[in-house]
Amino acid sequence: MVGVLALQGNFQSHIHILNAIGIESRLVKNVEDLSGLKGLILPGGESTTMSNLLFRDQSFIDGIKLFSDNKPILGTCAGLILMAKNSFDKKVLNMNIIDIEVNRNAYGRQVHSFDDLINVEYKNSEPLSIRASFIRAPKITNLGEDVEILCKHNSEIVGVKKGMHVAVTCHPELQNEILLHELCFKG
Amino acid sequence: MSQEYDFKTKVALAEMLKGGVIMDVTNLEQAKIAEEAGAVSVMALERIPSDIRKDGGVARMSNPHMIKEIQDNVSIPVMAKCRIGHFAEAQILQALEVDFIDESEVLTMADEHFHVDKHPFKAPFVCGARNLGEALRRIHEGAALIRTKGEAGSGNIVEAVRHMKMITSELKSLQGQDFSEKAKEFRVPIALIEEVAKNGKLPVPNFAAGGIATPADASLMMQLGAETVFVGSGIFKSDDPSERAHAIVQSVTHFADAKKVLSASYNLKDAMKGLLMSDIPEDQRFSERGE
Repeated sequence: MVGVLALQGNFQSHIHILNAIGIESRLVKNVEDLSGLKGLILPGGESTTMSNLLFRDQSFIDGIKLFSDNKPILGTCAGLILMAKNSFDKKVLNMNIIDIEVNRNAYGRQVHSFDDLINVEYKNSEPLSIRASFIRAPKITNLGEDVEILCKHNSEIVGVKKGMHVAVTCHPELQNEILLHELCFKG
Repeated sequence: MSQEYDFKTKVALAEMLKGGVIMDVTNLEQAKIAEEAGAVSVMALERIPSDIRKDGGVARMSNPHMIKEIQDNVSIPVMAKCRIGHFAEAQILQALEVDFIDESEVLTMADEHFHVDKHPFKAPFVCGARNLGEALRRIHEGAALIRTKGEAGSGNIVEAVRHMKMITSELKSLQGQDFSEKAKEFRVPIALIEEVAKNGKLPVPNFAAGGIATPADASLMMQLGAETVFVGSGIFKSDDPSERAHAIVQSVTHFADAKKVLSASYNLKDAMKGLLMSDIPEDQRFSERGE
């Protein structure tokens, strides 16, 4: 059973993908909902809104951090921001699950949002191309030594892997792409 | 980029707003309060609906300077309203790069027969609807998000409930009906009717708006199937905007958990004073505008 953080955002599209690849799922709205899960997804949405709700519930933040010690977390867009080391805005929570620095809304406002192919390349596998939506997306501006590059859009890094955790700046789930979910939870 | 991908990209932002609260704000100070309280987006407008109703006169698109000031100082998406059918106002809002354009019945209508053709725009549009026909006409015109009209500025949830239930029940009863008859009745292509009947839901997200004033109102609309709520006059016409804004955010996240909605409702001061529908003359009801 994989959980999807459901404070705000497009958590239903992740539930839809998990169903499609035969993984049972559950919405996670409280820290207790984490118990018994074998993985967690931090979806897209507004990072300030999710942070606002999490900041008032320290036990939930601690629970997610503890969970990340030995179980995989997949973050998309706002989820990546929550997993980052720093996004340089005190209204936003950074849990430092992956050692990356992030610039929010780096492509600009919604009129600059787009869909495009991204390249996914990881150990022992042929490079693959999947479609993803970049919606007021962040950019990764810096990554730590132990962080692997997983996805690129043109020459830009848009997805990273650290140990069992995966985070991307965009939304493959909105294009019904299952690759990253399989990599993270079936790998 | 093809029109189909453009439309998907527009709907994608609506997907990201799900489970959140979009708040009406009239200045930068209110926008900051809204963002800090956890708003998922703000709607920048000069006067909130209850004041538009009180002041009378022609209500137009807001001053771009005021919208820009808010855009420059908050990091969440900023929406703004254009008049129904006023495509030049919409063009200006797009040039300003607002994240969503609300072609809104709260403003005075610019065209009594046609809404804006929304397909050529890169900025996504949200439109109000009272029933399935209106919702599908707006989607056919290119709207990426539908909201109930409710009755803006009333602080009275009755119309939003009516519109949400109407859309839900019409969706349910669509299966098994004569699609070509329905297409004629709704004035939309038969393919759109077929798609909606097959999926049992609208092809774009469906939010609630118009009359939400309390955490309980927000929970009610979410339980009736809304995917997010707009709160207009309800926050900044109350005695405790910041606390009320956050309480409504919490009650949308935990809408099905009455204990959480209860704890969000504690210690709030007075909500805005509401209006009975019988107190609003029919020709002054925003929801009657544009069908």
